[in-house]
Amino acid sequence: MDKLKLSPSPHILSKKTVSGIMLDVIIALLPAAVASVLIFGYRSALVIGVCVVSAVLSEFLFQKIIKTKVLIGDLSACVTGVLLALNLPVSIPLWQAALGSVFAIVVVKGLFGGIGKNFANPAITARIMMLIAFTGTMTAYTAPLSPDLASTATPLEALKAMGTDLPSLKDMFLGLRGGCLGETCAAALLLGGIYLIARGIISWVTPVCYIGTVFILALIYGGFDYALYQVLAGGLILGAFFMATDYSTTPTRPWGKVIFGIGCGIITAAIRFYGSYPEGVSFSILLMNILTPYIDKWTRPMPIGGNKK
Amino acid sequence: MAFFRMPGVKVPHRKHTSNSIPSRITPPEEVCLLLSMHIGAPAIPAVKPGDKVKIGQLVAKEGGYVSSPVHASVSGTVKRIDDITTAANTLSKAIVIQSDGLMEKYEFLTPPQVTDRPSFIQAVKESGVVGLGGAAFPTAVKLNVKEGVTVEEIIINGAECEPYITADTRTFIDRADELLYGVDLLLKYIQPKRIIIGIENNKKEAIQKAKKLFESVKDVAVRELPSVYPQGGEKVLIYSTTKKIVPEGKLPLDVGVIVLNVTTVAAIARYIRTGMPLTEKCITVDGSAVNAPANLIVPIGTRIKDVFAAAGGFKADPEKIIMGGPMMGHSMPDTEYPVMKGTNALLAFDKKDAEIPEETPCINCGSCIQRCPLHLDPPAFGKAYMLKDPKALEKLKVNLCMECGVCSYVCPAKRHLVQRNRLAKNMLKEHNEKKKAEENKNG
Repeated sequence: MDKLKLSPSPHILSKKTVSGIMLDVIIALLPAAVASVLIFGYRSALVIGVCVVSAVLSEFLFQKIIKTKVLIGDLSACVTGVLLALNLPVSIPLWQAALGSVFAIVVVKGLFGGIGKNFANPAITARIMMLIAFTGTMTAYTAPLSPDLASTATPLEALKAMGTDLPSLKDMFLGLRGGCLGETCAAALLLGGIYLIARGIISWVTPVCYIGTVFILALIYGGFDYALYQVLAGGLILGAFFMATDYSTTPTRPWGKVIFGIGCGIITAAIRFYGSYPEGVSFSILLMNILTPYIDKWTRPMPIGGNKK
Repeated sequence: MAFFRMPGVKVPHRKHTSNSIPSRITPPEEVCLLLSMHIGAPAIPAVKPGDKVKIGQLVAKEGGYVSSPVHASVSGTVKRIDDITTAANTLSKAIVIQSDGLMEKYEFLTPPQVTDRPSFIQAVKESGVVGLGGAAFPTAVKLNVKEGVTVEEIIINGAECEPYITADTRTFIDRADELLYGVDLLLKYIQPKRIIIGIENNKKEAIQKAKKLFESVKDVAVRELPSVYPQGGEKVLIYSTTKKIVPEGKLPLDVGVIVLNVTTVAAIARYIRTGMPLTEKCITVDGSAVNAPANLIVPIGTRIKDVFAAAGGFKADPEKIIMGGPMMGHSMPDTEYPVMKGTNALLAFDKKDAEIPEETPCINCGSCIQRCPLHLDPPAFGKAYMLKDPKALEKLKVNLCMECGVCSYVCPAKRHLVQRNRLAKNMLKEHNEKKKAEENKNG
């Protein structure tokens, strides 16, 4: 009785925790992870495992070495590992996958101050680093449901070449096409995305603005079917729901999310239509990450009742 | 911005006591009447140790314009006049009265003569009534509207948005006739264009009662409000009921509005009808460590320990004791502290509920920013505070923060956001005072 606890209000807090949020993201990524194993075989699971283990381990060691509190329990490194793995082709050498994870955690996240302080999305930046460093293995895509890992062109490459060798729209939706591990199965990604929106983890604003912008621009550029292919191809759905909604590196306010989504859409479409790379999702999100502090500044509202001076 | 998501937050209701009809506790052996249990100048003692007093007798008169008198809440003998450290860590004088256990009413109490606005306001002043929702601002000052200023709306605050508390809910149910009389007095003497009674929609019985009660009263409307904390915050309530926004540095009256707590209105009515000033208060006693949560009517000045004893004592070791609601109440260092006029709840938490989770880094999720009822940016306050940058704080409008605690409540990283807002507000205040002092010296 003589040891009553004193603290300023509020004395009750919501049950929401950082690890709970990250766990929800992992749950939302599960359908895509399972789909990747079904589509590309067991090696998908291996790549995901290697990425997660090396991400968590490198975060643990990094935080030990710089003598800060070890925060691997918040599961954010785990999320980064899964996200990076889903952005890699299934045939990626495992050491490259591990190196990518370490780069994401140590260079992109840790060196900038850890969770919440990094300005660029770790998984995306690591993917871009790998794309430049290991161009050969990073662009070797495997055909779906092919036990001997036969290589194939991705639909985006086919679209770019104005080729006619495209999978059907149904196959595109189910993920039966060449591409990175987790980006192909639109159905699984949408399931995960809707879960995150329903749980209040992410806002619908960014994915809708992002995908909508790409769709409209593709519609103007190449017609309705072309637009549908553009939306389902590449990493657009994965990026729009899981990367363009990252807390640390994207705007916090609804109007900021609108600007971010539309900006990502325009850059993605520009790279896809006119650039020399077939895919622009990673670059667009990274570029918009850099603009995020400014977008946050522009979209700061006048508080209710505030006088302009 | 607000159209993407309603600001504020759904807090757990925990209104366990909404069916608990308030009962008077056995009078305590002594009461301790603080002389600054209101905003403004402390009251000045009108009695000395050894004096015999009875319930309702004046023991301290108001110490200025913004002040309020204090009346004896038990019959007995004035024991001593103490200095007491208040919840806000300041010293206050307090009159300690030893009860004779008889609870005798002061025999000279008569209903005041109220015939016009000045006599009404004088009566409110003498009643010792202050804002009973917790703010404890002297009500007479609030009602003392200058000539020529029209009051468009009086809003009666029955939102009671804090978890646990049901004392105001009970006012609607148990003190209906006093409430009706109080509203009549306001219509007659303050003459607002309309009176709006705001109640959160989780209090069905109170809403029903109020709707029936005011059905035939002209210019009075009962409004059901969404149960979203902080619905009962003054600015939030004004916006919810009238869509008016109180500008920075202005008072509700500047937009033609006066907000009064529902129990405040009932207390005014009681004094004008019977002459009995404010001497007792209905308090919700609840929390995981309390044996028998209930609404109790206690004499003002009753020590916390006596109130908990009346609620059956503790079923678990209390780890934290809170005066007021869990969102904005104060944690108390001991149980000797007395109940004040503005106290509406006493909560005792067990070990599990009293746990304070560790603060972890901000993940920039934006929950606090999206949920702030005033659209403020708590993490930016924190940064500017750490950088000791009062100019940035001024630009970010930290002074508008009403400290409702929504930001801290929703934070998944359990960051101490509203706590830092308070420090930042103080930093800005000190900076402005220093600037003013320098200007005065130079000019």
